[in-house]
Amino acid sequence: MNIVVLVKQVPDSGAERTLSASDNTVERSSANNVINEMDEYAIEEALKIKEAHGGEVTVLTMGPAGAAESIRKALSMGPDKAVHIEDDALHGSCAVSTSKVLATALGTLNADLILCGSESTDGRVQVMPHMLAERLGIAALTGARKLTVEGSQLTAERQTDEGYEVVTAATPAVVSVWDTINEPRYPSFKGIMAAKKKPVQSLSLADLGIAADEVGAAGATSAVIEFSVRPPRGAGTKVTDEGNGGADLVAYLATEKFV
Amino acid sequence: MAEVLVVVEASQAAGVKKVTLEMLTIARTLGTPSAVVLGGEGAAAQFADKLGEYGAAKIYAGEGEDVDGYLVAPKATVIAELVKSVQPAAVLLASTQEGKEIAGRLAVKLDNGLLTDAVALDADGTATQAIFAGAGIVKSKVTRGLPIVTIRPNSTTPEAAPATPAVEQLTVQASDKDKLAKVVERVAEKKGSRPELTEAGVVVSGGRGVGNAENFSLVEELADLLGGAVGASRAAVDSGFYPHQFQVGQTGKTVSPQLYVALGISGAIQHRAGMQTSKTIVAVNKDPEAPIFELADYGVVGDLFKVVPQAADEIRKRK
Repeated sequence: MNIVVLVKQVPDSGAERTLSASDNTVERSSANNVINEMDEYAIEEALKIKEAHGGEVTVLTMGPAGAAESIRKALSMGPDKAVHIEDDALHGSCAVSTSKVLATALGTLNADLILCGSESTDGRVQVMPHMLAERLGIAALTGARKLTVEGSQLTAERQTDEGYEVVTAATPAVVSVWDTINEPRYPSFKGIMAAKKKPVQSLSLADLGIAADEVGAAGATSAVIEFSVRPPRGAGTKVTDEGNGGADLVAYLATEKFV
Repeated sequence: MAEVLVVVEASQAAGVKKVTLEMLTIARTLGTPSAVVLGGEGAAAQFADKLGEYGAAKIYAGEGEDVDGYLVAPKATVIAELVKSVQPAAVLLASTQEGKEIAGRLAVKLDNGLLTDAVALDADGTATQAIFAGAGIVKSKVTRGLPIVTIRPNSTTPEAAPATPAVEQLTVQASDKDKLAKVVERVAEKKGSRPELTEAGVVVSGGRGVGNAENFSLVEELADLLGGAVGASRAAVDSGFYPHQFQVGQTGKTVSPQLYVALGISGAIQHRAGMQTSKTIVAVNKDPEAPIFELADYGVVGDLFKVVPQAADEIRKRK
């Protein structure tokens, strides 16, 4: 099975994040950039499927030059190769134009299965799998906490507020996964060394036949007009329980009219 | 006034969800709300009274197996056709997984911008969004096409504005490409009368400090006494104490209730991402240095197994 995993480099969600003062895009230059955590689960799922059914795993990333670091990290887990879509004109692209670029690249990769994380930790927009499926005219099984592959038939458990839905589709399809689906492996030393030699193909907008003004800030379908940092929450009351902590807590809730 | 399409979030069991009433309330600042009900046969009739009570001047019904039996795509097709025929001022959807997914497909179909996770929406279509785990606030606008905006639950207080909506049945024309992902089974895992996590006015969450799955009954008891929903931190979910759909945080749900109670939760950034826009935050933790206390309006440093039962007794006494 030919599997493509979408991997996004994002600023570390454990550190302070901000928007660039000049154009209100995500500040990447000063941030510690890492693989979007949820994508590691997609990579793991791809590797498990390859191990069970054979095939090839390709990492697909759209991002600036610095994203190459995350691509090597992804490859060190075990995928065979990578494609890096990199072009200065992509800076500031919205979800709609990003989906156009990714779908165009996917059109050349002939994937049976496209795996990705359910959301990225920077935007948390959750729309990409369905946007890609819409553009490619293929199925999307999203929010999977379990995925079964039998021949060309895919069955997923899709997490819902009430429980889950069992959803099915035939390949080719896009499947997005939650972090409950597996436990991603750590790259081995051998994996890290091997990743250095794995092929990474670089694609520009010209390679994809997309005009620069269709993407980036010029082609964006939405714009951030104002950014502000939320004022920190004021320090509250902290009491140490000396036998009456529960009652004191309820007294506080009563003054706030919750009880 | 122009129509504003509100895509109804509802379920057979829970009825019309509160976020739908919030969307109808917000829609009235942009135009005249029309509710769009997409579901099985009879869905519109089931929800009509409630939608009318909150100001839906019209209800569009797209019903049947073609809509209900497949994931997302047929719904987006029905809405796209409706947008083309009525030319609404905006389309509002709930900021749930499915609401966002429909919005994504709709944006591609119409080559239109979209904004997700809005907590407020101005009459001119400017949305306010909380970003980076609530650390930043942005104002954004769709710059191509009409505003397609998903609204986060608990963004506003629903206000009734009674109307008597006429129901208009839509012709559902899902193509073969819309029917590639089939829903073969829907399984309810956790029943109960508790409000839904993202919509609840009160959320009581447990973390690693709760210790095991059985002890979560303590969290549930306090939630029930406060009329709230139960949440869990990632550490608690990863340890198998509570199911993943109740996880609050970076890789789970984002909640913004009036009151958030954190029990045995240290307050790692992963968790704060999902709850720090709550109005009032209360924490119980035995570690006085736990970062959750930096957020808490009221914090108790102590053993939750002593503090929580005492609090529960005290609430019962006051009732």
